[in-house]
Amino acid sequence: MSLQQSFHDDIAGNGPMKILVIEDDREAAEYLEKALVEAGHTAHVARDGETGFSLADAESYDVLIVDRMLPRRDGLSVIAGLRARGNETPALILSALGEVDDRVKGLRAGGDDYLTKPYAFAELLARIEVLNRRATVRDGETMYRAGDLELDRLSHTVKRAGREITLQPREFRLLEYLMRHGGQVVTRTMLLENVWDYHFDPQTNVIDVHVSRLRSKIEKGFDKPLLHTVRGAGYMLKA
Amino acid sequence: MLQRLNAIFRTTAVRLSALYLLLFLISALVLVFYMTSLSTRMLTAQTRETIEEEALSLARAYERGGIPVLARSVAQRSRQPGANLYLLADANGRPLAGNVDALDPGVLETTGWTQRPFAYRRFGEGTTRPPAEGTAETERHQAIAQVIRLPNQMIVLIGRDLGEPERFQSIIRRSLTVALGLMGLGALLIWFFVGRQALTRIDRLSEASRRIMGGDLSGRLPVTGAGDEFDRLSENLNAMLARIATLNDGLKQVSDNIAHDLKTPLTRLRNRAEAVLSGKHSVAQYREALEGTIAESDQLIRTFNAILMISRLQAGNSAEETTPVALDQTVRDVVELYEPLAEEQGVELTAHELAEGAVMGNRELIGQALSNIVDNAIKYSAGADGGGKVEVSLTRDGSVIRIGVADNGPGIPEEDRARAIERFVRLEQSRSQPGSGLGLSLADAVMKFHGGALDLAGREPGLKVDMVFKGAA
Repeated sequence: MSLQQSFHDDIAGNGPMKILVIEDDREAAEYLEKALVEAGHTAHVARDGETGFSLADAESYDVLIVDRMLPRRDGLSVIAGLRARGNETPALILSALGEVDDRVKGLRAGGDDYLTKPYAFAELLARIEVLNRRATVRDGETMYRAGDLELDRLSHTVKRAGREITLQPREFRLLEYLMRHGGQVVTRTMLLENVWDYHFDPQTNVIDVHVSRLRSKIEKGFDKPLLHTVRGAGYMLKA
Repeated sequence: MLQRLNAIFRTTAVRLSALYLLLFLISALVLVFYMTSLSTRMLTAQTRETIEEEALSLARAYERGGIPVLARSVAQRSRQPGANLYLLADANGRPLAGNVDALDPGVLETTGWTQRPFAYRRFGEGTTRPPAEGTAETERHQAIAQVIRLPNQMIVLIGRDLGEPERFQSIIRRSLTVALGLMGLGALLIWFFVGRQALTRIDRLSEASRRIMGGDLSGRLPVTGAGDEFDRLSENLNAMLARIATLNDGLKQVSDNIAHDLKTPLTRLRNRAEAVLSGKHSVAQYREALEGTIAESDQLIRTFNAILMISRLQAGNSAEETTPVALDQTVRDVVELYEPLAEEQGVELTAHELAEGAVMGNRELIGQALSNIVDNAIKYSAGADGGGKVEVSLTRDGSVIRIGVADNGPGIPEEDRARAIERFVRLEQSRSQPGSGLGLSLADAVMKFHGGALDLAGREPGLKVDMVFKGAA
């Protein structure tokens, strides 16, 4: 089984999501809908802010993908409106505006993640996977497990097959994030955002080197690989 | 000429001064009327007092000697120069003595004050001798008079010509009118000349701006050197034009650079796709070609994003939030981020002598700028003799903080250093290295956004890039 294959299998494993795409550009909306359906999800499309708001309010979605600039009602207002009505469906904001400040505004309006156009579909897919409300139930857990790998969030220790593995603080945070989203693809930018708290595009393979260091620590001396590279997308921790 | 006058009248200055003149005229007129009526009232009161005094003295004459003394006294006073009127008449109103020639009928019937025209003889000033009948001026004058009926039913009228207060009033009115007329004329002249001057200068300004709008962005509005509001306006507009020209040049340079630097990868992308399509290949080969295409597109998107970011920062209208940023922490973060990469490349990345320092700024931007510089330093020192070395330092001198990144790579020749910061410039020898060539440009834009500078200095061998922050907290 190729890694590419496992990536798709895994999405099926997480179950198909019901996604609402609020995007006024016909081509972009159709492309997104097609790609999401191909990835095994159900996608509805609203072409303006009002329609999007009514749909999101009336039906139950797992994730919303909201363009910022929309006719009739802008994306941030749609999300803020939903939040005001107690609707907490995770929302990913798509925007052509890439300034740090725009992302801050988007997140303040109640958005859960922010992606600047143009984007790679793999990046978007990985991000909505992580946002999926049925998947994000690990907040309260103090112990993450993947196969024989264990991470204790309270004592900050990592064990594989009962043997303790010593990690640097940053390596611990990296593994914690990967295990928290075990079975899901995480991209390099997601790692830079969540582990280093920087939101720029790492131009070189700086993240890859961190991941391979971590990989050698948790896989050295063990047969079964845990930390997989998903080509064209990122990484996935899966037993 | 008429059109020109019309144009002058339409200028704001003229309209304003016309309004002021009108307001001034109205208030001046009010003042004139108030003053003249006030003085008239005062003079009238004075006149009545005089008349009452006369009446009192005539009454004393009457008490002293009865009618004869009174008649003599009236006759005597009538001949004195002045503007007084006297009349002594019998019970039927027939004149006995005095200088009043004719009376409107019924004047003597009612006692008390009356004001009306009287015909009376007036003796010239300085003449002691009564003039012959008819030579004395007998004119009808507005006068105020008191009619008194004596106990024996005879009537005494004592009055005073009001001609003097009236003359006084008319003099004031006339002089004020003349003054107002002169003022109006002056205002008209001022309108004409000031308005015409303003108009000429505005004409010159609009002509110059039309020329500039016509495409000659190097043109500037005329400044006369008078330092007045027109000059200030011209200077400000010129400053604006200079800024527009700078931005325009920047924009032109960006589009030139985009055209130049994106054309190459786009052409490569296209040619690769064409080459794959033209031959027979296995599915794996097609897949590989497509993946290559995606990778190349991603690089293009990165380049675009970097260009956009630099442009926004350089345009100076970026709304990025600024917060206190602990630079030492940023340095540690970035060094920690790049340490594994450096090790993999056989480069020793160290951060010694880190002073403490915080500036107001944008942590993301500073982090990204430093990442770019460190990334470059690792890239270029990787093949150095005896192993690459990159040292990151943070030094503080008063309010100036420097983050220095020194490498032992090939360095940049001094004459090329300024150019290395320009957008897209990748010096010939580095063309083979991956990257958009925008790292230093972005770092430079970030430093300028923070009011600082990016310093490039040579080392033996290598390059030292300093991010210089001014005004540290």
